[in-house]
Amino acid sequence: MYKAIKMTEITRLESVFQDKVDKEIKVEAMDWMPEAYRKTNLRQISQHAHSEVVGMLPEGNWITRAPSLKRKAILIAKVQDEAGHGLYLYSAAETLGSSREEMVADLLMGKAKYSSIFNYPTLTWADMGAIGWLVDGAAILNQVMLCRTSYGPYARAMVRICKEESFHQRQGFEALLELSRGTTEQKAMCQDAINRWWWPSLMMFGPKDSDSPNSELSMKWKIKRKTNDELRQQFVDMIAQQVKILGMTLPDSELKWNDKRGHFDFGEINWEEFWNVVKGNGPCNKQRLHARRAAHDNGSWVREAAVAYAEKKAAAKKQKVA
Amino acid sequence: MNAHLDYVLHLADTTLVLAQRNSEWCGHGPILEQDIAITNISLDLLGQARNYYQHAASLINTANPNAQADEDSLAYLRDEREFKNPLLVELEKGDWAKTTLRQFLFSVFQDLQLKRLLHSTDTQIAAIAEKSLKETAYHIAWSSEWVIRLGDGTPESHSRMVTALNEVWEFTGGLFVPAPYELQLAGTIAADVSQLEKPWTETVSNVLEEATLSLPGKTFMQQSGKTGIHTEAMGYILAEMQSLKRSLPTATW
Repeated sequence: MYKAIKMTEITRLESVFQDKVDKEIKVEAMDWMPEAYRKTNLRQISQHAHSEVVGMLPEGNWITRAPSLKRKAILIAKVQDEAGHGLYLYSAAETLGSSREEMVADLLMGKAKYSSIFNYPTLTWADMGAIGWLVDGAAILNQVMLCRTSYGPYARAMVRICKEESFHQRQGFEALLELSRGTTEQKAMCQDAINRWWWPSLMMFGPKDSDSPNSELSMKWKIKRKTNDELRQQFVDMIAQQVKILGMTLPDSELKWNDKRGHFDFGEINWEEFWNVVKGNGPCNKQRLHARRAAHDNGSWVREAAVAYAEKKAAAKKQKVA
Repeated sequence: MNAHLDYVLHLADTTLVLAQRNSEWCGHGPILEQDIAITNISLDLLGQARNYYQHAASLINTANPNAQADEDSLAYLRDEREFKNPLLVELEKGDWAKTTLRQFLFSVFQDLQLKRLLHSTDTQIAAIAEKSLKETAYHIAWSSEWVIRLGDGTPESHSRMVTALNEVWEFTGGLFVPAPYELQLAGTIAADVSQLEKPWTETVSNVLEEATLSLPGKTFMQQSGKTGIHTEAMGYILAEMQSLKRSLPTATW
């Protein structure tokens, strides 16, 4: 009997919740929400935070070698922005009942995921441009959508992040534009980077809709508003035009404008590679996790000292007051 | 003219090399907030370096209109022996104790130097000094807090701070020994660094005392960096920093 009443109550709460979502009222931290909604948001926001932090590594790889002082300054500022994004996102995720320490522990244990794109290596300077243009470009399409996501703290964090990300994308494109107008070596470097980053960027939108079981509920709850395939198509249409300005090509022989669809057709993604990188077999999965673990472990004595000092000061203050 | 140019390059190299060292932390800091902080300091110093290099390039190009010097040719196409930074800034970044201590010791010096450079007869240097001083105030606040926190934190952090102090200390003396170009310009274009040791020692010993660390006693001081003789670490900094630019020296980026 008791159980039955409880179920009715949950059904009622769920219906109130869905009604709110349907009316475009943001869900806030203290509101009642279905457990699966909380979990999905927590997983997604913390993965996003981890992606920002792990994403610092491939670009950080070129800070000390940036070929001009201006580019060095731009790159440092960009990587620093990513650290900032990580901070907002961890804070947004904390509103769902997990602590940053727990989330970071999950990442370091290999339990939590981050965007697979960062498991590819940055081999030349042109990769800095390609990441800005393609990787940030792909991320922005997802993030612009997330500015309207139903969970309030996430949506608000995304508004600020989007502003910075679109700046990064323009910087990336501009860096490639410079290369595309440069020496023979620079042009080759530019094309090579586009060749290596194109397919992994398409993979950033996730599995095909037909293979994405969580998508339907996420759409109903307005966590997502566009499907993986819709966003991927939007990206292809945008980049297929922009690449012409660079005088470069995309490494897909099937890429062709389709008048009937009003979109570019494009070739099949190598899904075997996609799942392999997700499972930890990408070219840099181990190195990225190793670098994060090393930073965490090497920093533990620093964090302990900071806590010990703060406690000492607090105790001294208390004694003074007494 | 040569002394003037050397002096501007000395200021430029000093800030660039420390910016380069601190930037090695980006993505590897002990906690995200502090990763941002040290990267920020790196970015401030890089901005200062660019101002000085641009000024040096204009001095060169005014004297010789065919020279076509710019900030990048000066930072990327000069050799180790031409770099005029003091040794302190080129030392390996080490652990968080060494990085924050080195930053503190340097920032206190830089603050004193820049305050004098506000009166430089080179108005461009005076303007850069004015802008940089706002940044230096933050660098001192941030780094002194870390020196105190680690010195007076746990037994491990204290012991790491002691090690860092022993490692870094012999490279501080060189800051106060004027290079020939500084001697020639002291009190006009340049700051007289020999006058800075006393106020520097006072500030440093106050902070070390609060950090429960003792000021090292009189010891031999290494002092060659500003005249172009560096530690073995310097070659690797430049090899890394200059590699791409030198592989395509005529390319623009």
